[in-house]
This record gives sequence, C-alpha cells and structure tokens, in this order.
Amino acid sequence: MKIDVDHVAKLARLGLGPEEKKLFGQQLSAILEYAEVLQKLDTDKVAPTSHAIPMSNVLREDKVSPCDNVDDILANGPEQEEHMFRVPRILE
Amino acid sequence: MLAMSKYETVIGLEIHAQLLTESKIFCGCSTKFGAKPNTNICPVCTGQPGVLPVLNKKVVLLAIKTAITLNCKVEPRSVFARKNYFYPDLPKDYQISQYELPLATGGYLEIEVEGNKKRIGITRIHLEEDAGKLVHQGAERIMGSEASLVDYNRTGVPLMEIVSEPDIRSPQEAKAFMETLQHLLQFIKVCDAKMEEGSLRCDANISLRPKGQAKFGTKTEVKNMNSFRGVQQALETEQKRQAELLDSGGKVIQETRYFDDQTKQTKSMRSKEEAHDYRYFPEPDLVPVEPSQEWIEEIRKTIGELPEHKKNKYEQDYGLPPADIEVLLSSPALAAFFEESLKLYDKPKVLANWLMGDISAYLNEHKKGIEELNFQPAKLVEMLQLIDKGTISGKIAKTVLVEVLDSGKSVQDVIKEKGLTQVSDAGELLKIIKEVIKSNPAQVEQYRSGKKAVIGFLVGQVMKASKGRANPKLANELLAKELGS
Repeated sequence: MKIDVDHVAKLARLGLGPEEKKLFGQQLSAILEYAEVLQKLDTDKVAPTSHAIPMSNVLREDKVSPCDNVDDILANGPEQEEHMFRVPRILE
Repeated sequence: MLAMSKYETVIGLEIHAQLLTESKIFCGCSTKFGAKPNTNICPVCTGQPGVLPVLNKKVVLLAIKTAITLNCKVEPRSVFARKNYFYPDLPKDYQISQYELPLATGGYLEIEVEGNKKRIGITRIHLEEDAGKLVHQGAERIMGSEASLVDYNRTGVPLMEIVSEPDIRSPQEAKAFMETLQHLLQFIKVCDAKMEEGSLRCDANISLRPKGQAKFGTKTEVKNMNSFRGVQQALETEQKRQAELLDSGGKVIQETRYFDDQTKQTKSMRSKEEAHDYRYFPEPDLVPVEPSQEWIEEIRKTIGELPEHKKNKYEQDYGLPPADIEVLLSSPALAAFFEESLKLYDKPKVLANWLMGDISAYLNEHKKGIEELNFQPAKLVEMLQLIDKGTISGKIAKTVLVEVLDSGKSVQDVIKEKGLTQVSDAGELLKIIKEVIKSNPAQVEQYRSGKKAVIGFLVGQVMKASKGRANPKLANELLAKELGS
C-alpha cells in the first residue's frame, strides 16, 4: 500500500530528507499492510472499541484547585513578554 | 434585492457557548474572566508530558440540561476525540472535542419571525475545550503582525458546540435563532450568553440555490460575527455577494470568510493551508461518558418552566399584553422577580407596569440587571401597598423608588428620611387649599360660573404647593367643598 509521506510529514511539521522519506515510506506502508490483514476479520458483531478497558464516567467535582508553578510553565517557552508566551509570526 | 428573488438562501449555524462552571473542563484551573495572563494555567491545560485530564461533572450536567431543553436525545454513550492541528493558541497541538459520538443529537428550537413560528433542527450538541487567546504585535490583526503573544487562561474553558440543521432560510431567521437560543441558555443558567463578550459565539454556513432546486449550492463559512446585529448584517452582505456572483455567471468558492464589522463586508481569509485534515481519533486519556437515565431525569426536574410556557401563562392567567410579556421575559431574573412579587401582591398588571416602566428605565440607565441590585420583591410590594393605602401618592412613589434602588434602603426609611408621606390631614390640606383659592381668583370665578372642569387645574396647584404630597382624592373633595361654599 502506498502512503503519501510528503502529506503526512507536512501534517506533522516534519522536514524529511530524501533518504528519510524513503525509509519512513517503507515503514509506514508495512504498518498499513499489517492493518489490512486485520481489516479482513469479520467485525460485524463487534462494537467499535475506543478504549481498551470497560470503564466510563470518570468525573470530578467542579472545584477550583489553583496550580502553584505557573511561572515554571511560563519559563518552558523560549520567549516571554508581559507574562505571555511570545511566538513568531503565524501567517506569512 | 432584485437578484435575490431568484434564489433561496440556506443557512446552518455552529454555536459555541461557554458553560458556567467554576473550573475548567479537564483540570482545576479557574475559568474566571479577566485574570492576569497565564495565571489560570496548569500542567494539564498547557499540555505538559504525563498529565491526565479528568472531566468536570458540571460540564456534563449543563450540556445535558441544554440537550433536554433543545429537545435532543442525550446519547447513552459519547466519546472524546483528539482534533489535531497546529496553532499557537493550542498548547497540546490537538483540541479535545467530541466527533463521531457527540453528547446529544437530533433536537429542535422553535423561533418566531414576524409572527410566524418555525422549527429549526438541531443536529448535535458536543463538548470541547476552548483555545487560548492571541495578541498580535505590530499590526491590528494576524495579517502582517511580527509576532504574537499567547495567554492560555482561556485554554480548557468548557465549551458546548450546538450545530443547527441547514433549516434557516434568511439572515433574519438566523438572528432570531441566536436571540431565542441566548434567551433559553440564560433562562436555564448554563451560559451567560453574551455575544459581545464572547461567551456565545457563532459561525454560519451560507449558500444560495435557485428556487425550486433541491441540491444545495456551494457554501461559504462566515466568521467573526460578534453581535446579533452582526449576524444579520454579515449574512445579508454575504447573501448579496453570492447572488451577484451567481448572476454574473461566477461561481461561489467554498472558503472561510471573515466579517469586518467596520466596512460591513465579508473578506476571504485567504488561508493557504490545505484542506483540513484533523486526523480525529479517540482520546485515550478520557473514558466514555454514559449518563444514566436516572441522572438525566434528575437533571430534567431542575430545568423548571421554560419561557414559552411562561409566555402562555402570563397571557392567559394574568391577562398581560404581549409588550409586557416580552419585557418581563427579557431576563430570567426579571421574570422571577415578577413571579415572586405576584405571590405577595395579586395585581399582575400593576406589577408589570412598574417593572417595565420605572424599574426597567432605571436598569437600562445604570446598565444593570435587577439581580445586581439590593432590591427584592418584598420592597416593591411594600411600596405598592403604601400607594394603595394612600400613605404615598403614585407620583411620590416614583421618587421613592429611585432612592430605594440607589441606596438599597427600605421603603419606609426612605419615606421617613425624605418626609415624603402623603398629606391626608384635612387641616393641613385646607391651609394649602385656601392659599390656592386666594392666588387663583380667575379660575375660581370660572368654576363658580359653571365651568367645573377648572377644578383639575386647581387640584394641580394644590399638588404643586404640597410638593406632590397632597392626597389627590382628599384634595379634590376638600377643594370642591371650599369652592361650593
């Protein structure tokens, strides 16, 4: 199965060289081929599985619990200004 | 508008409503508006490695409440999904939303335009998290700006997306839909629904097709409509643009257009990005939501009476005219105030008059809701009873009311402090009447020569001389007696 490596790389914002494109193209195709094997299974009587464990309704009460390391989070960004994250130009 | 008659307009709306919770949808950060940038953030909502989101129960409750109100089916199982895209306002590089299995489906909202009622279908209601806020530097907007500053306080604030069916046929209907929806969301207290403040937002899909054609035309998506008027204006503009384009043999391009509130035009966002490819997949960190029937029924009981029912009751049981009903139902707090007052004072029309007259005028002038004042139904009723007993005149009551609303004091205190009780003491009134008779000989003469209507003028003079405090009924009687003698 053929995969559009350029498209996938673009969606993931990855700049790949020709060698990498070839390598990842082969690897991703192999994964899809494996999935095709699974596709052959008759799943008509199986409900779609979104989660591996049968669990639902994990809910918390609506209570505020402030975070005490806000400044550490801010420090994770490369640039800050006026207590905000500064990011480069978004649209060219 | 000639061009328009050939086409039928088809509109569908996507509405985002901020849910009224204390904390965010998946973490304990405060949702409070207006905090210093990046103070209501934590490892969860900023997408730090290894964190786990946990769903806020109140968010589910409020969305179920809305689903019931909009006649939707609450799905027995809904699942969160990751919507993947890159944008600086989204720290995780995906938004947690619901996709294939939304919280609720298949409802409707009834709107009324020029006396005609119409049902607009609701396709679905789903839950998602809001994104952060960007401030663009070096330009008014994102175009041409050098850099942007990001505030993640809003990231993770709970949003409920309501998607309508393409049942709307005019910009006017779109506006009516938004107004009716706002009213309902406020009434059931799930969202404060202020378009200007962004707690209620709306995007529209709009297309034109030749009348009689079943197939939809090519649509555009219109964004940035920040008021009800804006919704109507933006869609009228876009409707006209598409009609002219089609008339001149052109084709509508499927794209996103931005409404400019200044120029009243829609502009292509000219985004170069390729067709959206969000690669949705189930969010592995959040388990499915499966609300029990018992919980749904419990929530249903908390909804109370909806505006449509109140409207009928006000009309049939209280005999109020449509204009009064519209004002009373314009805010849930005002309607509640009216109904509470009615329990203490059984004259609906008198209550309605005060609420839509002096009280509404005061609220409009001060840009406040009745719930923000230290003014309770008992105070209004106390004042009305004092008018009925003749302790104060209706005219004086207007002054008393403003003072009570301003100061939050009791009606009795204001009357005492200002010496505003009505003069019902015959001796005191007689003194004033004699003075009036003395200073208006011409009118007195007219009265005595048979022109009885002049008494109205003389009573007016008595009221004036008493600074409005004279009991008008008593003044009238005493005056007639004096003049007759």
